[in-house]
Amino acid sequence: MSNYVLEMENIIKDFPGVRALNNVNFKVRKGEIHALVGENGAGKSTLMKVLSGVYPYGTYEGKILIDGKEQNFENIKDSEAAGIGIIYQELALVKEMNIAENIYLGSEFSTFGIINWDKAISKTTGLLNEVGLTENPYTKVVHLGIGKQQLVEIAKALSKNVNILIFDEPTAALNEDDSENLLHIIRKLKDQGISCIYISHKLKEVKEIADTITILRDGETIETYSNGENVTVDKIITGMVGRELTQLYPRKEHTAGEVVLEVKNWTVYNPEIPDKKIIDGVSFTAKKGEILGIAGLMGAGRTELMMSLFGAYGVKKLGEFYIDSEKADIKGPRDAIEKGFCYLSEDRKKNGLVLMMDIKENITLASLDKISNIRGINENEEIKITNHYVNALTIKTPSIEQKTKNLSGGNQQKVVISKWLMAAPKILILDEPTRGIDVGAKYEIYNIMNDLIDKGVSIIMISSELPEILGISDRILVMHEGKLTAELDWKEASQEKIMHFATGGR
Amino acid sequence: MATKSVEKYSSLEIIKMSLRNNIRQYTMFIALIGIMLIFSLLSGVFFTPRNLSTLFLQTAHIAILASGVVLVIVAGHIDLSIGAVVGLTGAIAAILQAHYGLGVLPAIIITLAVGALIGLWQGYWVAYRDVPAFIVTLAGMMIFNGLLLGVTRGETIATSSMFNKLGQDYIPTLFFINSPKDMLPHDTTIIFLVFVIVAYLWYELKRRKERITYGFDILPIKLFALKIALVISLITAVFLIMALYLGIPYSIVILMVIGSLYTFITTKTTFGRHVYAIGGNKEAAKLSGINIRQRTLWIFISSGILGAIGGIIYTARVGSAAASAGQGMELDVIAAAIIGGTSTLGGQGTIVGAIIGALVMTTLNNGMLLLDVGTTERLIVRGLVLLLAVWIDISSRKRDA
Ligand SMILES: Nc1ncnc2c1ncn2[C@@H]1O[C@H](COP(=O)(O)OP(=O)(O)OP(=O)(O)O)[C@@H](O)[C@H]1O
Ligand SMILES: [Mg+2]
Repeated sequence: MSNYVLEMENIIKDFPGVRALNNVNFKVRKGEIHALVGENGAGKSTLMKVLSGVYPYGTYEGKILIDGKEQNFENIKDSEAAGIGIIYQELALVKEMNIAENIYLGSEFSTFGIINWDKAISKTTGLLNEVGLTENPYTKVVHLGIGKQQLVEIAKALSKNVNILIFDEPTAALNEDDSENLLHIIRKLKDQGISCIYISHKLKEVKEIADTITILRDGETIETYSNGENVTVDKIITGMVGRELTQLYPRKEHTAGEVVLEVKNWTVYNPEIPDKKIIDGVSFTAKKGEILGIAGLMGAGRTELMMSLFGAYGVKKLGEFYIDSEKADIKGPRDAIEKGFCYLSEDRKKNGLVLMMDIKENITLASLDKISNIRGINENEEIKITNHYVNALTIKTPSIEQKTKNLSGGNQQKVVISKWLMAAPKILILDEPTRGIDVGAKYEIYNIMNDLIDKGVSIIMISSELPEILGISDRILVMHEGKLTAELDWKEASQEKIMHFATGGR
Repeated sequence: MATKSVEKYSSLEIIKMSLRNNIRQYTMFIALIGIMLIFSLLSGVFFTPRNLSTLFLQTAHIAILASGVVLVIVAGHIDLSIGAVVGLTGAIAAILQAHYGLGVLPAIIITLAVGALIGLWQGYWVAYRDVPAFIVTLAGMMIFNGLLLGVTRGETIATSSMFNKLGQDYIPTLFFINSPKDMLPHDTTIIFLVFVIVAYLWYELKRRKERITYGFDILPIKLFALKIALVISLITAVFLIMALYLGIPYSIVILMVIGSLYTFITTKTTFGRHVYAIGGNKEAAKLSGINIRQRTLWIFISSGILGAIGGIIYTARVGSAAASAGQGMELDVIAAAIIGGTSTLGGQGTIVGAIIGALVMTTLNNGMLLLDVGTTERLIVRGLVLLLAVWIDISSRKRDA
């Protein structure tokens, strides 16, 4: 008998036009944290979907062994029964239900269809304890922050007695504190003998937590090694990208031009709670040819600030703002886009893409007027422009007619970025532009940002990743609870300083 | 890497890819042919030019209405008031002529305007007052049915024979008077056919030339010829059926115009693209600067106008307006759109599909009537076919996910 709890052997998975997995071998020992890393589209999520039965037996080639026994999962229930749990990046909780209801959704303790809530509640309390949550099991999930929701997901997985727990980019949307806490929980699970598979683009975390690292590239296993002294983030990157990446943040000297956006005393009220201010008297400027970074913790109001300027958030807004010294009267996104003011949303699936549409239809969606005349949309122009962006941003796809729901997360992000590049913005707001994106692609996106700056665009970048804020912004604004707490030049900024202001320090 | 470079694939692979990408349209089309074959085997009368021409006549208004409802459903809404609108606008057209002495043309224009107003009313509530379309059009159904009862006072109003041509008659011949018996094809229909084929060829060749100037991949010449030959023989078959009977009915001419117009709108225009985006992901559409309210208003105005056109054709075909006209028609129309591949979740659907769906529904009805199947069984069969079509669609989508 082998000492592996999980062995995946020679897995091959084809999609129309793409071989997503090509003879992948992946083995996990009992009670280890095994990191799975690779570029966008390398096949990580696909491999996990094969493992968890999302792609049933027969739709792929190769063998899956658990504790040495071959498994043929027909669906997720089968894999759960074999002790496999999966935590997705997009949370799958029912927001309007409470914690206990969510945890036992689909596997309620019931006799003749009548649910035994007392039992569920007491079990839930125990599970919450395990993941370090002190919340009442009756709390509705909506009232929890995203970090805690993630923990509820884990508790839900634990309720099913898992031996193998898969995390697919669990920390992508978490702030530093929540991520730290999550890593702590994962270590605890490991100590209880649960094997964790950990997928992330945050390589520092990988280095910190993993026992073993497997690298996938273009659907193939490149190597598997144990994480020790000699393993560095650079080594992981080299394996992922297939070449050495010397620099993570391409810093370029920018000379800021005139002010293109001036916001004065901007206040926005919460649309649900009318007398609560979400944004409180914010004033700032953005200049031509500079990257303005906006730092802050989750919930500081950075997204709300930008969305309200863009005309897509808030009903009661006070204050005013000027674009090119002209008072802006923006009633909705259309007005904003016409003024060259574009906003890339942080949630690409919910707010960015039309998943049923293909790549070209998504890229041209905000600028159809540019490629149409009285005879309608010029298909050929559409294809030409799409090809241009697919090449410029190296979007990995078999065809520009691929539906965006079939792209990997990172490639989806590149499609949304292309959409806004095509709209030819003067002021471009990027809300978490590199969330869920691999190091190589991140580097490309920073280069694109630098190119835009050279063309005289003003970029405002919201980011929760401090190294990124520090790495490429020219000027940094820090927000805390709807207020601006600091404005720093990049040269004087540091992680500590930003955190100080982001947590309300003065 | 970006475009599929066709050179790399063999003809067979290209055909396979195209089949896979348009599987829904092809399955429905094949199903339609299958149903027609079965009826031809069971009844000697079915596959005659005469019966098929009647079948087209019966399909016209359903197919026109289905084209409009495709937009509505694609945008994520529904229109339950279609039947009531058909009844009401048909009655208005009839009354304007019978009681107010208006000519056919003015009556039609006013009726279309009423249709647009109805659409404006319903669209306003859906788009600007955020009332779900289900409720707005359910209310509309009751209101328009009430109005219909009011304007007709429960009477049946006959329409003029001039007006009835729209629903019953065929375009005139130019040179030869033909009759169904002499097997002499209807001359204007043949001229029409030649015209359509030339237009189609011109379009395909122009497209090909443009793709070459852009330097894009094109179909290998053999496949290109095959595709054109297939489409042309299909068009020819349809036209010949009509030519061998009395020619093209006016209502089919109207259907062709509307079908082409709506295909153009849905595939080639900004408006059409926006409708699909709204149905696919409303949030993303909004943040992309699409004016959702205004688009929604226009979708309902279009549905109202097509409702009026359907009302005119239907009334003309029946030859009179009555308080019961159009009842339940929305169900046939929605079923046609859905059988033709329109997704009830929004974001997906085609006009050609809806027209095929309408043909499936009427073919079933027509064929079963020929076989003397009772109303009970006919309703049951059509219900089952709807269920089956959606199930096949859903399971085929699951497989390729
Ligand atoms: N349902 C699908 N249909 C077609 N192609 C698909 C489908 N799902 C994934 N792919 C393709 O398979 C490849 C691997 O995708 P996968 O989502 O596994 O990547 P990933 O490693 O998880 O990337 P990321 O880090 O961006 O999430 C990609 O090229 C993707 O386009
Ligand atoms: Mg992934």
